[in-house]
Amino acid sequence: MASGVNRQPFGLRLLTYGFIVVWLIAAAFPFLWTFWGSFKVELDFFSIADWTNAIFGRRTEMTYGTPFTMAGYEGAWVQGEFWRSVINTGIVCFFVVCSSLTIGTLGGYALSRSGYRYTFWLLIIALIFRAMPPITLVSGYMLPFFEWNVWGILPTTIIVLVAINQPFTLWMLHSFFQNIPKELDESARVDGCTQFQAFRHVIVPVMWPGVITTGLFSFLLAYNDFAVTSMLLNEENRTMVPAIAAFLGSTYNEGQIMFAVAAVVSATAPLFFLVMFFQRQIVAGLTQGAVKG
Amino acid sequence: MLLFIAAPIVSVVLQSLHTPHGAVLVEVETCTPLSGCILETTIDQEATRELREAEPLGRLVGLDIYLDRGHLAFAEVAEAWRQSDDLGEFWTSLMNLPFYRAMAFTLTFTFIVTPLMVILGLVIAFAVNSLHRHLKGLVIFFSLLPFTVTPLIGSLILFWMIDSRGILGDALVYLVGDPSFSLKASTGLMWVSLIVYGVWHAAPFAFVVFYAGLQTLPMEQIEAARIDGATRWQQVRYVVVPHLMPLVTFVALIQLMDNFRVFEPIVGFSAEAHATSLSWIIFNDLGGETRQFSAAATSSVLTIIGVTILLSPVLVRTWRDFRDKK
Repeated sequence: MASGVNRQPFGLRLLTYGFIVVWLIAAAFPFLWTFWGSFKVELDFFSIADWTNAIFGRRTEMTYGTPFTMAGYEGAWVQGEFWRSVINTGIVCFFVVCSSLTIGTLGGYALSRSGYRYTFWLLIIALIFRAMPPITLVSGYMLPFFEWNVWGILPTTIIVLVAINQPFTLWMLHSFFQNIPKELDESARVDGCTQFQAFRHVIVPVMWPGVITTGLFSFLLAYNDFAVTSMLLNEENRTMVPAIAAFLGSTYNEGQIMFAVAAVVSATAPLFFLVMFFQRQIVAGLTQGAVKG
Repeated sequence: MLLFIAAPIVSVVLQSLHTPHGAVLVEVETCTPLSGCILETTIDQEATRELREAEPLGRLVGLDIYLDRGHLAFAEVAEAWRQSDDLGEFWTSLMNLPFYRAMAFTLTFTFIVTPLMVILGLVIAFAVNSLHRHLKGLVIFFSLLPFTVTPLIGSLILFWMIDSRGILGDALVYLVGDPSFSLKASTGLMWVSLIVYGVWHAAPFAFVVFYAGLQTLPMEQIEAARIDGATRWQQVRYVVVPHLMPLVTFVALIQLMDNFRVFEPIVGFSAEAHATSLSWIIFNDLGGETRQFSAAATSSVLTIIGVTILLSPVLVRTWRDFRDKK
């Protein structure tokens, strides 16, 4: 668009910039506001008297002597034992990403290299499953879990999350492997590799970009899930998102809501950095299916 | 995958056809010499336990649960139809049935949010595309935030802001000039806020996809159009938009499916009183003290049917693609 002929007229240019600014405010301001407000007391965060209180923290200063307080964070992490949920989230995310990537790479590779008709049907079934709301599956899992007495613990939840995530990873890695030319592993086979060796020595070194993108999305799914984790985990094993919901749900007392605000900020921070470092991969992953389809 | 997803679906269908056993009642005749015989009905604990163990799923009731008041409720609908004089009245009584109430919100949400977010995504993509190279990365970074953040957290953040004591709620009170004005109080306004959240959350996805599409624009065609004397608007209208059309269908279909299962914002906005969705009904049945598995399973099956209907155009299209490739 650099050519001079196509330069935008001034009015349009102004409109564009104005729009971008409005959109940026809409997209980022809520996060900034909540981050800023999380260091305040509740009366400032929800200021009835004067909205500038939320910026300058006058009530907070009255209570704690400074306009910034870590009280919300302390309450959430120490009193509300939020650290437990953070550890649980870590465990769940780690295992979900690892297992869904293992199954996804092997399965996606196999599907992309086999020319049979059933691969199509497998992929179609995967697509249908992808569209299912997770909560409908949860209701199917719950009764058997109660019967077998495995409800409420992390491993079963991880299995459920992997299962829900699998159709998506299969789709993504399948289309990724289809882009890797067949000639690569064929030439390896000609050189005397077995099918597995071909995979191990030829495909594995070139597959990382696709695997990282898929892994990111698996992570986001496990991290962001509310329906599955809130239903299938008991109180000690809660992950972050249901824990935040629980902060709000328990009986109201002064400052409880600030625990939730602090917890929300704590849970958003990792996502913030994730987007910062992996922006390229996220964009690639979102567009991958679309541009080709 | 088949085992872990297909099995629960089967389990859901099975559960939806059953209902928990009632307690087994026995009638015991106790006779005492003085007062004569009394017929007492007591719960036979032993037999109840045995029965529950023998058939953990419960009693087979066929489609009864599908037809009860909580779900399709044909009897109640027919009743309402007969008793109401006009459509408005019928609608009011229909909205008192939980399933139809949830359906109304789910469908409204799906069919308002989807087109709006497609349009917003397109506009953002056009605007960002014309920005300077160095600014683009930054803008994309901030644009991605609403999409990647956990839906429940995102809705909570917005909910706190529109609280009548939060900054946006405060501003609205100021604009309306009524100190008791609150978004939470009215059903219509709650729906509007949920829809605004839906658009806010999903627009970045549309934006990113369209933005990627804009990078592959056919430059020669635009050039040709310009030489033929097309204005800027005409170039966009006749070259760029047709180029993006397949992406628009893709985004719209994905979002139709995702919006159909709207759930977290309802929890985040605590909007249960004003708006429920199918997913929320399932969640509500499953949680709490009385876990109503059969009711939840029935709603699940109905949701699955709904998703399949929405999905059928995609399936047909994929099938055609696959056949053509052969």
